[in-house]
Amino acid sequence: MAGPMRIRAQVNGDEVNVRALMAHPMETGFRKDSSGNPIPAHYITEVIASVNGKTVLTAEWSGAISTNPYFEFDVKAKKGDKITLKWIDNKGESKEETVEVK
Amino acid sequence: AARQMENAFQAKKLEEALQALGAANAAESGDVVLTAPDIAENGAVVPMEIESKLPNTEAIALFIEKNPNPLAAVFHLTPDALPRVKTRVKMGQSSDVVAVVKAGGKYYMTKKEVKVTLGGCGG
Repeated sequence: MAGPMRIRAQVNGDEVNVRALMAHPMETGFRKDSSGNPIPAHYITEVIASVNGKTVLTAEWSGAISTNPYFEFDVKAKKGDKITLKWIDNKGESKEETVEVK
Repeated sequence: AARQMENAFQAKKLEEALQALGAANAAESGDVVLTAPDIAENGAVVPMEIESKLPNTEAIALFIEKNPNPLAAVFHLTPDALPRVKTRVKMGQSSDVVAVVKAGGKYYMTKKEVKVTLGGCGG
């Protein structure tokens, strides 16, 4: 099941490198269980990254992103800024986590 | 919320997915840098990094030609995000991987073949 999200934000000059690990099954909907019944799709469809509340990057994902997704990107930010990641999946579940750049 | 690029995500063929994204005429460019392994031992977790060296990069998209739905991800960037993203994807079998960049309203692409020794979409 969907679980917590871990975010690391590291200053690199006037940029901040963000690395996130999300706990999510990322079930494609193409697989079948041992009795041959299709396993319903359950994957993150959207990830929104913001700095101090302002959206800087939006990702649209398919079930082809690996289970427990890893996502790395860089933003223009500095020490003390708050970086928030929010994901929404195809069942409408969502998770949001904020870290302060140290 | 429905994905903005839903039609492109539903496409079953690479050409259809590119067309649905508006990127059918993407020009091959050395300024789109796709870093992916030549051989992936585990198709369930294949690292992918896409970097654009083009000014005014607005979006980055990643396609895996032989997956049931080739479009894997689209990243929409504002000027506050740098044009580089890294993630891990599933590949059912050996396939061309295509990275598309939208910059200054135009589309650019590059591709690379990744051989998969153990598929990631089966059981």
